[in-house]
Amino acid sequence: MWPIFDYGRFVSIISSSDVYGVVWMRSLAQLHKMANLRVLVGVKRVIDYAVKIRVKPDNSGVVTDGVKHSMNPFCEIAMEEAVRLKEKKLAKEIIAVSCGPAQAQETIRTALAMGADRGIHVEVTGKSIDGDNNQTGQMTAALLDWPQATFASEVTKENDHLKVVREIDGGLETVKVTLPAVITADLRLNEPRYATLPNIMKAKKKKIAKHKAADFGVDLTPTLEVVGVEDPPVRQAGQKVESTEELVAKLKDSGVV
Amino acid sequence: MASRLIPSAGQYLRLASRLRQHVRTKATAPSPAATTSEGAPSGGRGYSFELTDEQREFQDLARKFAREEIIPVAPHHDKTGEYPVPVLKKAWELGLMNGHIPADCGGMDLGIFDTCMITEELAYGCTGIQTAIEANSLGQMPVIIAGNAEQKKKYLGRMTEEPLMCAYGVTEPGAGSDVAGIKTKAVKKGDEYILNGQKMWITNGGHANWYFVLARTSDDPKMPAGKAFTGFIVDRDWEGVTPGRKEWNMGQRASDTRGITFEDVRVPAENVLGAEGVGFKIAMGAFDKTRPPVAAGATGLAQRALDEATKYSLERKTMGKYIAEHQAVAFMLAEMAIMVETSRLLTQRSAWEIDQGRRNTYFASIAKAYAGDAANKCATDAVQIFGGNGFNSDYPVEKLMRDAKIYQIYEGTAQIQRLIISRELLAKAKQTQW
Repeated sequence: MWPIFDYGRFVSIISSSDVYGVVWMRSLAQLHKMANLRVLVGVKRVIDYAVKIRVKPDNSGVVTDGVKHSMNPFCEIAMEEAVRLKEKKLAKEIIAVSCGPAQAQETIRTALAMGADRGIHVEVTGKSIDGDNNQTGQMTAALLDWPQATFASEVTKENDHLKVVREIDGGLETVKVTLPAVITADLRLNEPRYATLPNIMKAKKKKIAKHKAADFGVDLTPTLEVVGVEDPPVRQAGQKVESTEELVAKLKDSGVV
Repeated sequence: MASRLIPSAGQYLRLASRLRQHVRTKATAPSPAATTSEGAPSGGRGYSFELTDEQREFQDLARKFAREEIIPVAPHHDKTGEYPVPVLKKAWELGLMNGHIPADCGGMDLGIFDTCMITEELAYGCTGIQTAIEANSLGQMPVIIAGNAEQKKKYLGRMTEEPLMCAYGVTEPGAGSDVAGIKTKAVKKGDEYILNGQKMWITNGGHANWYFVLARTSDDPKMPAGKAFTGFIVDRDWEGVTPGRKEWNMGQRASDTRGITFEDVRVPAENVLGAEGVGFKIAMGAFDKTRPPVAAGATGLAQRALDEATKYSLERKTMGKYIAEHQAVAFMLAEMAIMVETSRLLTQRSAWEIDQGRRNTYFASIAKAYAGDAANKCATDAVQIFGGNGFNSDYPVEKLMRDAKIYQIYEGTAQIQRLIISRELLAKAKQTQW
């Protein structure tokens, strides 16, 4: 379901939610070849993280009309990592890609202002917000049969590999991936920079290529139907106790202990 | 779909020239994405309240910067009066300062409309810090208006290369509104001018790298103001330039205001702006471009007051309900909202007018007069809504009230603005055949 790009040498850094990118690189990467890496960063326009999400009265989804949207914060982190790779001269070109409605181009422009060289917009009509499904990176890697390193909190280059420290439930895991690879970004990977005003102005001149899913022979008929969306149950008030003994007694009474 | 979102080169150039035509209202809910307007931003119907994507990005950047960089440190600078060097440096790095330096001096050549938009967002964070930034624009404006190529390159160029500050030195201890009554003198001696005098209330006075100074060059007391004064660029490092102590003010304490003494300062003739005698016009001309941003700053403060008061009113309960549900408070919030929206519209109109290349004195004065009064009323009402807490320094609104007062004083007092407005109105009326 993802467009296939030119052969070249790609590395992709993607968000840990449902934006993804593709990494494609000639194997036998040598040091100078690494410098020809291209990075594809997926960026997604989602409801702004500061907004209180509200469920629509008919429970068919969440309210998106008139609600502030911005780039998924994890996509910002992914973009920042790509820009740092370029600044370290490990990457040659950064391409920002987004699948979404026309407004997705605003998000691509933000990515361009942060340092992407050009953008690709695949127009997909209909609703599309972040479901926090944590599937995109993994599915991409599987479809392409490439190694993946998800929840990255640190990415370093080691010869022709990338060493990635992953945040997992139990702590930190370090993996080595050959290139091409799919990487998804986690919160502590970096602190995204502000786009400077001059860069915002320059971004207007950078190109965004427009495509439709049909251009790539991709069928967008959904295989999943959302039946309903509900608010989580209202949290019950707690109880205050005066002492540890009382706490233990109450826990025993309620059968918890 | 709105094809203007990816403009071709030709479209971009046309868009850029129409950028200044955008006037936008800000509803309390964020505006939806710009798929509503087709093609030309004004839709061919005259006025437009739509921002371009680029303007929206500028606004987002300034807004983010204000919330993440300014608001956290503002209380500290207010309490200590410490000059906010780290914040100013960051603002400079992001291009949020010195916006209207022309492109050929390394600047971004922003119009006044865009500047106002950015200024309002920064002022939302702290008007003291924003005034320090704005004083740069005020100091630079005479050079931008009347400087020759060498002066622009020398004094504006350096502002884009390093995070330097500059200042506008016109007011004196004995003359504020009465600019024609200033006493600082510049006497021509060979190819230099010897400058002597005292300036007061100069923002950025202690940190400026250079000053725009207005001085009297005519000995003839009957010489009209339009010919008696000259504008100079004075380097801070020159012998005889002595900034005074930092003044401790009621509000906007992060900003640095000082008296400056000039004692036998030798100013080379090449630092005369325009020509000898035209200083007064240059000094006044600068205001047409800097009054809208000052009005924008006042609008930012008013918006902050409204937001803080609204938030508090939905948290504080009295007599069984949130105070927002009491009509007395709700009506106060409504009045504040009316003032905020009006301030903004006036500011935008005055900025837009000058960006069109038209004389905007009438609108600029209206905007500044109204916004200053509105900021004070909104800040006072915010303290009122906070009640006892509002009077306390642990809550953010008392600072707003202290900061707001100066908006009725500097950049032309509320009374001077009314003088200007009535004069413009009457001049127009005399030309009208009723």
